[in-house]
Amino acid sequence: MAAGERDGRMRPAKGSGMALIADVTGKNASSQSRTSQRGSRMRLLSVADKAFLAVLIGVPLLALLAFVWLPALASVGISFTQWDGIGLSGLHWVGLQNYKNVFTNYPPFWPAVEHNIIWMVFTALVPTPAGIFLAYQLDRKIRFSRVYQMAIFLPVVLSTAVVGFIWEIVYDPDHGLLNSALGTNNPSGKHYIDWLGDPHLNLWAVLVASAWRHTGYVMILYLAGLKSVDPSLREAAAIDGANGRQTFLRVIVPAMKPINVTIIVVTVMESLRAFDMVYVLSGNNGSKQGLELLSLLITNNTVGESPRPGYGSALATVLLVVSMAAIVTFLVQNFRKERQA
Amino acid sequence: MSRGSRTTSLNSPLPIDRRSLLRGALGGAGLLLAAPVLDACGKSSASAAGSGSGGGSGQVTFGSDGSDPTPRKAYGALTSAYTTASGNQVRTNVLDHNTFAQQITAYLQGTPEDVVTWFAGYRMQFFAKKNLLHPIDDVWDTIGAGFSDAAKKLSLGLDGKAYFVPLYNYPWGVFYRKSLFQEKGYQPATDWDSFVALCGQMKKDGLSPLAAGFGGGDSWTNLGTFDYLNLRINGYDFHMQLMGGKASWSDPKLAAVMDHWRQIAAFNQAGASGRKWQDAAQSVFDKKSGMTVTGLFMGQAITDETLRDDMDFFAFPSIDPAHGQDAVEAPTDGFVMSAKAKHVDAGKKMLEWIGTAAAETVYANVDPSNVGASTKADTSKYNALQQKAAQMISSAKYITQFGDRDSDPGFISAVVEPGFAQWLASPDDGASTLKKIESQRSQYFTS
Repeated sequence: MAAGERDGRMRPAKGSGMALIADVTGKNASSQSRTSQRGSRMRLLSVADKAFLAVLIGVPLLALLAFVWLPALASVGISFTQWDGIGLSGLHWVGLQNYKNVFTNYPPFWPAVEHNIIWMVFTALVPTPAGIFLAYQLDRKIRFSRVYQMAIFLPVVLSTAVVGFIWEIVYDPDHGLLNSALGTNNPSGKHYIDWLGDPHLNLWAVLVASAWRHTGYVMILYLAGLKSVDPSLREAAAIDGANGRQTFLRVIVPAMKPINVTIIVVTVMESLRAFDMVYVLSGNNGSKQGLELLSLLITNNTVGESPRPGYGSALATVLLVVSMAAIVTFLVQNFRKERQA
Repeated sequence: MSRGSRTTSLNSPLPIDRRSLLRGALGGAGLLLAAPVLDACGKSSASAAGSGSGGGSGQVTFGSDGSDPTPRKAYGALTSAYTTASGNQVRTNVLDHNTFAQQITAYLQGTPEDVVTWFAGYRMQFFAKKNLLHPIDDVWDTIGAGFSDAAKKLSLGLDGKAYFVPLYNYPWGVFYRKSLFQEKGYQPATDWDSFVALCGQMKKDGLSPLAAGFGGGDSWTNLGTFDYLNLRINGYDFHMQLMGGKASWSDPKLAAVMDHWRQIAAFNQAGASGRKWQDAAQSVFDKKSGMTVTGLFMGQAITDETLRDDMDFFAFPSIDPAHGQDAVEAPTDGFVMSAKAKHVDAGKKMLEWIGTAAAETVYANVDPSNVGASTKADTSKYNALQQKAAQMISSAKYITQFGDRDSDPGFISAVVEPGFAQWLASPDDGASTLKKIESQRSQYFTS
C-alpha cells in the first residue's frame, strides 16, 4: 500500500470519526457560532448571571490555588531550607544545599531514578500492549467475553495497597505460594528464592505485581474506546480490502487518538507515582535495596518522628520537574500535531 | 516507628496490622495539616469509673498510643484505677500506635492531651529541647525513690530537668528454646569464642544458627546485634556518643564491630531480608533455628501457650573483658507531659500516681510482656522470663534504649538501617558502608 493511498484512505475515516463525536455532543454547531456571538452573548448576561458565573468559576479556582498550587509552591520554597518541622524559628535558608546533597551524597537517589525509569519503560512495553491486545481480543465478541473481561479487570478494583498485600503472600519466601509451588522454600536448601529480599530480583517481582493490575486498567480503557468506534469505519476498511491487522493498526488506532493519549498519560503517571504497592512490599522504611523509588524517598524524609521537610521537598521538587517535563512535552507535541492536522 | 511497629504487629492479626501501618504513614503525609486530624481520628472516651462530674478541677486528658487490644486494655485499667484512687476524671484519647509516632511532631505542636505516652532517652530529650514537653521535676521529688539511678537518668532532658515517668521496659538478649538446647547439649555462651563455636555447631547440626528476619519494615531488628556488639567492644560511652551524632562512623573502633558482626553474619538464617521478624521467631519456636538476638517481646509472637515455659534467653556474650556484659539494651516506655497541657497540676498528680509501684502492677496485670520500671514493682506474679529479665535489667550498670531510640530516628531509619540491611546481603569489612553512613551524618546532627 503506497503512502499516498494510505493517507487518502485515512483522512476521510478520521474526519468522519471526529464529526461523529462532535455531532453526538452537539459541540460542532455551537463552536461555529461561538466566535461571532461571543460579544453579544456577554452583553445578554444579567448582573446576577455574571455573579453566578464568577462564583462558579471563582470557588473552584480558589480551591485549586489554595489546595494544589500554594502547597506545591510552598514545597518548592521549603526545598531551599533546612527545617525540623517544629515552629518557624527552626527554618534556615540553605540555598541549594539540599539539592547538592540529593544529587551527590544520597546513595538511594540514583538507584531510585533508575528504578522509576525501569518502571516506566517496563509498564509501557509489557502491561500496556498486553492490555491493548486483550481489549482487541475481547472486542471480537468471543464466547464468555464478559467473564474474561471481569476477571482481567478485577485487580483494578482493588487498591494498589491491597494488591501489594496479595502479592506479599504470594512472594513470602517461607510460606508463599510461589516458593511452595516451586519447592524453593527451604532456607538451608540450595535453591532458595528470596523474591522481595534479593536486590536483583525484587524490582521485577514488584513489576509483575504492578503489571497484573495495570494490564486490566489499560484493557478496560481501550475496550471502552473500541466500543465507541463507529462500526462503519470497519466496514469501510473491509470494503477497501484491509485485513484484520491493517484495519486495527491503520484505522482503529488512529481513530482512537483520545484514548491513546489517555493511556500514555496514565502509564507515565502511574510509573512516576508508583508508591503504595512498593511501600507495602518493602516495609515502612521504604528504602530497601533494589526497591528505591523517588516517591518512597520523599515520604521517608518528610514523614516520621524527626522529619526533614526541606530535604524531602527538594526530592519532591525533582520529581515534580521530571513529571511536568514528561507530561508537558508530550501534551504540547500532541496538541501541536493536532492543530497541524 | 520501628519498635513501635512491634507491639502493633503482635496483638492483632497480620493484615490488619500492615494496613494500619500504611494508614499511619499515608496519614502522616499531611504533616502540617495533621494536628487537627489527629484529634479527630482517635476515639475519645471518658474513663469507665466515676462518670458524672465532667470538667472538675482534677480532670486530666490522656493521649495514649496503646491502640492494640492488650495495651489498650492495660492503659484503660490504669486510668480507671487512677480515677478510683484519686476521684479525678481522665479523658483518654487513643491514637493509632504508628500514626502517633509518625505525627508526634505535629501532635505536640497542635492541641495535645496533658499526659502523653512516649519513649525514654533521646526521643524524649529531642522534644524536651524543642520546648514541646513540660518539665516535671516536682513529680520526681515524690516518685524518685522508687526508681534506680539508671531509670532516673533516662528520664532527664539534656538540660538536667526531668521530663519522663517510666512505666515498663523489656530487655534484649539471645533467645532460644530450652528443650532444643537440652536435646543437643548446647550451652548458653558467655564469651565471643564460645558463641561463634555454638553457631558453628548448630550449623553442623542442620539448624539455622541465628534466626533472622528484617524484611518488610523490620530492618530495625538488625540494630539489636549492632548495638550489643558496639557496647561489648567499645563500651557504653562510645556507643552513646556515636548514637548522639558526636562520634564519627568511620572511627576505626567500628571496624572491629563490623569484623565481629561478619563472623556471625554467616550464621544468619538465609533469606532474612525478605522475612518478617515474626516468621524468624516462629522458626525458633519450630526448632528450625537455634537462637535469635531479639527482645522480650518475642514472647508475644507465641501462638501455642505451651511453648512459653520452654523459652529462655541469655545475655549477649562479652567480647572485651573491660566492658564485660555491663550494658543491657532495655527500651523503656512511659509518659511525658506536653508543654501545651491545659491541666498541669492535675496532670502532675496523675504522673505521681503512675510512678508508684501499685500503678505499675495494675498495668502489668493486663500486659505481662514487659517488666515494671519501678524497683518496687510487685514481681510475685512474674513468669520465669519476666523474673530473669527484671533481674538482668536491675543488675545492669548501663541501660541503653535501642538504636532508633538513642539516636535521631530519621538518621537511623533513612541511613543506618538501609546501610546495614545492604551490608548483610554480602558482608565485607564494612568500610564502604560506614563511610556512606558517615558522609550523611552531618545532615541530621546539625545543632
